[in-house]
Amino acid sequence: MALDKTIKKVLVIGSGPIVIGQAAEFDYSGTQAIESLKEEGVEVVLINSNPATIMTDPEVADKVYMEPLEAEFIKKIIFKERPDGVLPTMGGQTALNLALELAREGFFEKEGIKLLGVNLKTIEDAEDRELFKQLMAKIGEPTPESKSVECLEDALKFVETTGYPIIVRPAFTLGGTGGGIASNEEEFKTIIGSALKNSPINQCLVEKSLAGFKEIEYEIVRDSKDNCIVVCNMENLDPVGIHTGDSIVVAPSQTLNDREYQMLRDASLKIVRSLAIEGGCNVQIALDPKSQNYYIIEVNPRVSRSSALASKATGYPIAKVAAKIALGKTMDEITNPITGSTCACFEPSLDYIVVKIPRWPFDKFQKAQRRLGTQMMATGETMAIGTNFEEALLKAVRSLEIKRPHLWITEAHDFNKSELKAKINEQDDDRIFYIAHALRIGVTTHELHELTKIDLWFLEKIKNIISLEERVKSEDLHPELLHELKRRGFSDYAISTLKDVDIEFVERKRKEHNIKPVYKMVDTCAAEFTSQTPYFYSTYADENESIPSSKDSIIVLGSGPIRIGQGIEFDCATVHAVKAIQEMGMDAIVINNNPETVSTDYDVSDRLYFEPLHLEDVMNIVELEKPIGVIAQFGGQTAINLVQGLEAKGVKVLGAAHEIVDTCENRQSWEKFLTNLKIAQPLGLTATSLIQAKEKAKELGYPLMLRPSYVIGGQAMQIVYDQDELQSYFSEIAESNSEILMDRYMIGVEAEVDAICDGKEVFIPGILEHIERAGIHSGDSFAVYPPQTISEKALNQMVEITTKIAKNLGHIGMINIQFVIKKNEVYVIEVNPRASRTAPFLSKVTSEPLAKIATKAILGISLSEQGLTPGLKEPSPYVSVKAPVFSFAKLKAVDTALGPEMKSTGEAIGRDIDMKRALEKAFRSAGINVPTCGTILVTLADKHKTETIPLLQRFHECGFNFLATEGTAKELSLHGLPVRTVAKIGQSDTDLLSEIKKGQVDLILNTITKGKNVESDGFKIRRAAADNGTICLTSLDTANALVQAIEMRVLKALE
Amino acid sequence: MKLMLENGEIFHGKNFGAKIKEQTLLSELVFNTAMTGYQEVITDPSYCDQSIVMTYPMIGNYGISNDDYESLVPSCKAVVAKEFCETPSHWNSGSSIKDFFLSHNIPALMGVDTRKIVRILREQGSMKAVFAEDNVSDTVLADALKEQLATNQIRRVSIKSPTHFPNRGAKRIVLLDFGYKKNILNLLIEKEMDVIVVPWNTTIEEINNYKPDGVVLSNGPGDPKDLHEVVPTVRQMQELYPMFSICMGHQVFALANSCDTHKLKFGHRGVNHPVKDLASGKVFITSQNHSYSVDPNSVEGTQLEISQVSLNDNTVEGLKHKQYPAFSVQYHPEASPGPSDTMFLFDNFIHTVKGA
Repeated sequence: MALDKTIKKVLVIGSGPIVIGQAAEFDYSGTQAIESLKEEGVEVVLINSNPATIMTDPEVADKVYMEPLEAEFIKKIIFKERPDGVLPTMGGQTALNLALELAREGFFEKEGIKLLGVNLKTIEDAEDRELFKQLMAKIGEPTPESKSVECLEDALKFVETTGYPIIVRPAFTLGGTGGGIASNEEEFKTIIGSALKNSPINQCLVEKSLAGFKEIEYEIVRDSKDNCIVVCNMENLDPVGIHTGDSIVVAPSQTLNDREYQMLRDASLKIVRSLAIEGGCNVQIALDPKSQNYYIIEVNPRVSRSSALASKATGYPIAKVAAKIALGKTMDEITNPITGSTCACFEPSLDYIVVKIPRWPFDKFQKAQRRLGTQMMATGETMAIGTNFEEALLKAVRSLEIKRPHLWITEAHDFNKSELKAKINEQDDDRIFYIAHALRIGVTTHELHELTKIDLWFLEKIKNIISLEERVKSEDLHPELLHELKRRGFSDYAISTLKDVDIEFVERKRKEHNIKPVYKMVDTCAAEFTSQTPYFYSTYADENESIPSSKDSIIVLGSGPIRIGQGIEFDCATVHAVKAIQEMGMDAIVINNNPETVSTDYDVSDRLYFEPLHLEDVMNIVELEKPIGVIAQFGGQTAINLVQGLEAKGVKVLGAAHEIVDTCENRQSWEKFLTNLKIAQPLGLTATSLIQAKEKAKELGYPLMLRPSYVIGGQAMQIVYDQDELQSYFSEIAESNSEILMDRYMIGVEAEVDAICDGKEVFIPGILEHIERAGIHSGDSFAVYPPQTISEKALNQMVEITTKIAKNLGHIGMINIQFVIKKNEVYVIEVNPRASRTAPFLSKVTSEPLAKIATKAILGISLSEQGLTPGLKEPSPYVSVKAPVFSFAKLKAVDTALGPEMKSTGEAIGRDIDMKRALEKAFRSAGINVPTCGTILVTLADKHKTETIPLLQRFHECGFNFLATEGTAKELSLHGLPVRTVAKIGQSDTDLLSEIKKGQVDLILNTITKGKNVESDGFKIRRAAADNGTICLTSLDTANALVQAIEMRVLKALE
Repeated sequence: MKLMLENGEIFHGKNFGAKIKEQTLLSELVFNTAMTGYQEVITDPSYCDQSIVMTYPMIGNYGISNDDYESLVPSCKAVVAKEFCETPSHWNSGSSIKDFFLSHNIPALMGVDTRKIVRILREQGSMKAVFAEDNVSDTVLADALKEQLATNQIRRVSIKSPTHFPNRGAKRIVLLDFGYKKNILNLLIEKEMDVIVVPWNTTIEEINNYKPDGVVLSNGPGDPKDLHEVVPTVRQMQELYPMFSICMGHQVFALANSCDTHKLKFGHRGVNHPVKDLASGKVFITSQNHSYSVDPNSVEGTQLEISQVSLNDNTVEGLKHKQYPAFSVQYHPEASPGPSDTMFLFDNFIHTVKGA
């Protein structure tokens, strides 16, 4: 079938805010799909509630609706836009579930709209566990013994026949939310409870565990003519039992022989054909490591995180091809854009190996339960390419940026063999590092295989790394050894540390013997055909294939794997910088290692280097490309951290010199700077020890905000109210000898500004007012544009201060300044001379592409030449609210109380004509369903009780009643509020936790005991809420915003 | 160990396999892009006298298995890869690839920039190459490159006398052996055919004596034009029996019907080659290994028609006789290594055999 000419307009459904299990990969696939549809002459309408995406840029789709991803809004858009088709396969599970909902009620049929790429039956067959099993049985593909259950009794009955361990998988959820492996009845009961709760249809699958089997994935593309190809297969280093999103993955498979490879390929194709998928699809299979027996685990009938990885691993643009297939084209009619000469109907051949390592948020959530299982916990991932496993693995480790530039883990140094084994058995995110260390102290690969079931092939390769470490220590750094080390991925830093010499010594040695990397092309065909695509990786070999062009070029440093505090926003900024450089007629070169993102798409930059953002790796590219300069201010802290090293090596860093970064981050120089400019800031001091800190605290007075200098997203930031808390901060959080910044904590309205300076003038596109008072990390705050409560005077003051700071710093490019406003006085809290998290949001709501403007300013085009007037831009008539989005349900034992340390994983937008409407949409976009009646559990700190009464009265007027423990209940009824008294935790079987677990509570207001104590009641309440999917607000300001949204909804309902 | 290409380029690496017996080892150098199936590739008789560069950089990961020989004695000259694995891991691995190379006297060059070699072969075409240990001077290598390559490989790899694989009560297939891959035979047996494998130069009379119900022409090494004496036999066979020809067989089938063949610049070797069936419009992913190809212009006006073409370069991938139940494919429907997308061709053939 050829292109369906009746489809002239398509609605693409995005995936919404970033949460664990659904991240930047859908911006990448969605953007690629939209561009692909437009190439075919189709008009594209997009709905996505995530403003921090490239796909929502005005030049990507023809029309963008940044609205909540709910059926109601999709219908409204369809009525307004009348598209011919809807494409739901690019927006993850969110889009697919929405399509399913609308298809089931017959909406598409009624409106005569085609569902593209997938049909109702396919979704149901693939996603409903029972139907899927039936289909597999029909086509003769084995599935593990299992049963779909909707209650605990049935689940227990199943276990009687199979025994433990049992895997529990909730139906229709992202990244397996609520699932897990149970090895006894007690665990089983807990997991079933949370799985049923998390499944939108209260159904889950209980399944005999295949833990220890090889976990293999196939990425398939099928078209309407039933042509079917495998883009890539992948092997999880971590056997079945750890979610593939939390597994180290290699591509292609390494331990499968051709017989097995083809057997599983055949099975995958058969499944995709039986589901009649037209587009991309992912099949997960468990293969017995000791026979040819296998079981089908699951199928994703859409593009996924794995397909993004497969696309980056092979170069084959799955989303682009899948979008054209959705329009009726067949693969033989589509050109392979990588070679430009062959067609898309073939199977890529790799002549390298790819290693993906997940990036987990446990640096932020130190108290979280870190054991990896069937529920994904990683926020992001990094990918590395090499020509041997050791090289790719070590490059991936460097790319993680977890302060471990090699397979080192200091925590392991004191462990003996049995302690190490116990630690490895814990199966946490550090397992690979502990394995390396175990090999170092003589644990054998066979012992480790017994313990972990990781294939011996991988373990032998890791052992090879350890053997090389030994050689570094015992031999001279002769050229043969040096060459071997570099070939196996050792960084100069690792070699110098092992050898206990200066890194310069290693660099010198290396250069003496002319040992330097070459760059090879990722071309989908193992060099069989000439390719045009400038997508490269480094390796140590003879021939370099990356030829710098004769044009001037600029290197843009990306932001690496997505983590809390450094998300997709920075990828957006990176892509905008690239576009701006290209608009100026120069070559833009990107260095990044995140396979999920748009910036690492093959056709975004002029040359893409898929490499670690590590000084040595970056310098190698700089030496080859000889760019005019390097831009670091769009790659978050990752890129900023490289500035000093690059400058020291004589590289021109454009826009954010180390001197400026240092002025802002170094407490003393910063104070001096502000004092000279007569700008107020909260009193602050620094301390490097507890004794010092105690003294300085006396000077400043409590409460105090504490944080180490040079951190991302408020990591290890905390408010302390007294000396005890100060003491525990120093013993638990502060690393020894690191500099701790101590600020007087001011309670007031927080606001932030993103501005652009060209060296002479300063342009401020907009100001964001935070809804929560200072003390909650700006990334976790609701924020509104334009400001709603800040006085004209304060606004003017902010503009004035911003202009003064930017000019006097001599900074060129973007700058982000955070303020606190108290009693109409403006204080500066923080200055970041780089693109901030809010840049994409502000770009969207002010219609000013901040990163582009900044890049052009950096490259010498003044603001006035860009047609911009200095000062604050006239605000837009719309009110836009940015809502933070959290992934707490996926992170066990994490405290959900908000504070100065960032915890959110994503953001969503609500935009409308006034604040209340915008708030209502923002909550809904963020996945909070704005209930209009129900029960609120109120658990307040004493200091908040009085302040809260008027708020609760408003909730009551909307239709809520209350639940509280004795003291609070009394207070509430005194004020005439309908309240039911509930027992405190542990005082009765029907205590407040049981009320939450029974689903009797619709909303929780909780401001008590924000300490880090896991035993505290506050913590238990918050966790029960997260585990049961109940909304829990820990700030009265958020509650105040929510009540406004509820009032809006009630009002609307009355209309 | 080092490698000198016909264009003068020299590569230095390590010999992971058997020592080179003579001072130098001359062969044609070709590359294969398969990511799995190295054992099947190395033991494929179609590589007779050639040396194979594997584009996949890590070869030997799952060892060598007794189940995956395409011929018991590999006939390629040498293997080149970025790295061979010393510590294989697989339940079905009987030995390591190192032992395999040593026991079959195959030198194996590792540690060279294989992608660079492939790019040279891609741009300049398959070429002669000579291997030698490091102590041999470059002039000796250059001299060796002046030697002619051997021809008529099929005489060496084909079975010496007919072998019968009885299968009671089934239809009988004669497999004309130009260097058949084991899986062709396995599939025929699996599908309950009674198979007699006969030498490449078996006469039509001898074949008739076996009273076959169908004939299969196998794959094999070298230039199809070396097989001019087989051409008349094939011409007669197609009139008498359903005939299914694979790879070399396909080329001989073409020659027997007055078509012409020519050598490709660097051939097709891999397991990811898309082939389009012209009648159905469907595309199959195929396993390929050939240096020569049927000239499409030469098919015009003959009794053959082109049934399938390569989507990569439009070369002829399938032929069909207009009158007789005879068809052929340039690729390997028996896979091994590679995808099984076209294995149904065996069923199609057997269906014809049973109907005949």
